[in-house]
Amino acid sequence: MTSETTPSQTVGPYLHIGLPWPDGPFAVAKGSPDGFWIRGVLYDGAGAVVPDGLIETWQADPDGRFDHPDDPRGAVDRPGFRAFGRCQTDGDGAFGIFTLKPGPVPGPRGPQAPHIDVSVFARGMLHRVVTRIYFPEEHAANAVDPVLTSVADPRAREALVARPAEDGYRFDIHLQGDDETAFFDI
Amino acid sequence: MTTPTGPTGPNPEQGLSVPGYIRDHEVHPPLDYSGYRSTALRHPKRPLTLLPHMLTEITSPVLGHDRLGELDNDLTRQHDEEPQGQRIIVHGQVRDSDGRPVPHTLVEIWQANAGGRYRHVSDNWPCPLDPNFTGVGRTMTDTEGRYRFTTIQPGAYPWKNHDNAWRPAHIHFSLFGRAFTQRLVTQMYFPGDPLFFQDPMWNSIPDPKARERLVARFDYANTAPEWALAYEWDIVLRGRESTPFEAEGDDDDE
Repeated sequence: MTSETTPSQTVGPYLHIGLPWPDGPFAVAKGSPDGFWIRGVLYDGAGAVVPDGLIETWQADPDGRFDHPDDPRGAVDRPGFRAFGRCQTDGDGAFGIFTLKPGPVPGPRGPQAPHIDVSVFARGMLHRVVTRIYFPEEHAANAVDPVLTSVADPRAREALVARPAEDGYRFDIHLQGDDETAFFDI
Repeated sequence: MTTPTGPTGPNPEQGLSVPGYIRDHEVHPPLDYSGYRSTALRHPKRPLTLLPHMLTEITSPVLGHDRLGELDNDLTRQHDEEPQGQRIIVHGQVRDSDGRPVPHTLVEIWQANAGGRYRHVSDNWPCPLDPNFTGVGRTMTDTEGRYRFTTIQPGAYPWKNHDNAWRPAHIHFSLFGRAFTQRLVTQMYFPGDPLFFQDPMWNSIPDPKARERLVARFDYANTAPEWALAYEWDIVLRGRESTPFEAEGDDDDE
């Protein structure tokens, strides 16, 4: 019974008038002591930056829980933590999300490695694409994570692990090309 | 493999299976569509990796009314004076493909003015900007999944995709649903638009019946006399797969 859903359409070139919020990049309130930035650049298949894109992130809290009715464990009260980040790309294709590190999230066969789900929207994309960000210090958990290990190409798998950076982490996204990011069918 | 969840919640060491959302890829346009030139360098060429739905995918931000300003759902009252153009009411219901209403979810819209121009630095279409129209709206669905905007009829506009290319009049819509998997960005079109035939975004949707689901219905019954025309447009997000809990004789997750 999937025939009735509404089809996706591109955000078009003028998404920046409608979608970004002034506080969008702050998945946790500005100045939160454990907060850090995940910064990256969105690239197209020619290696050019994508200035008309939008990145959205969704993640668990540091206890691995979600403030949502479908998380049966309930949320841990954490003022200022929204778990959702939204950042338009700038003229250099750059984006940044200020957030807290998610905890391990239960999966079907034990915990998943800490991760952040990412949506990418842009002019020229008729539908969003989805990827995940993992953390470099989580070697052991990443090695057994059911989603990360399901990415067949070792180089693409490695690229889903953010790199340490001065004020947090670095995570570039390549829509196409030799460094094409691993995207997921969700 | 399935771990039923009791009132105290699951043991994270044991794991957790949760009902996912029905995949609906055949409804959507392909990421690679040559008629829309900009897709050429912006679509992944490698196969996507199947991601089973887990907690991160079946949840999504619970965005509250604190995101909304008082006039966010009335694009005709956001400035000192009225915008140019035909006032319209756009309303409808957000449901999932199981037929369940999607309550309390953020609906965001953005659109061109009556002459087809967006208030955006990159829009160079030589039609005047309207000082009284920003073209941005937000609202939340109510308990029944219903939303309502007052705005003006957007105009068609030319673009450079192909020879003599014109976008049919449309309003961009963004919806969250209640799960990361339900996130949807789409466009609402108007009935009888003569520009559909040459529009690659419209034509990128493979199933003609699915295309028609992007067209609002003229709604005479809900016009505002001597004030505004009305269109009704329902939006259907992905539905739930059957819950693994049911096999355990558990209560429905609703």
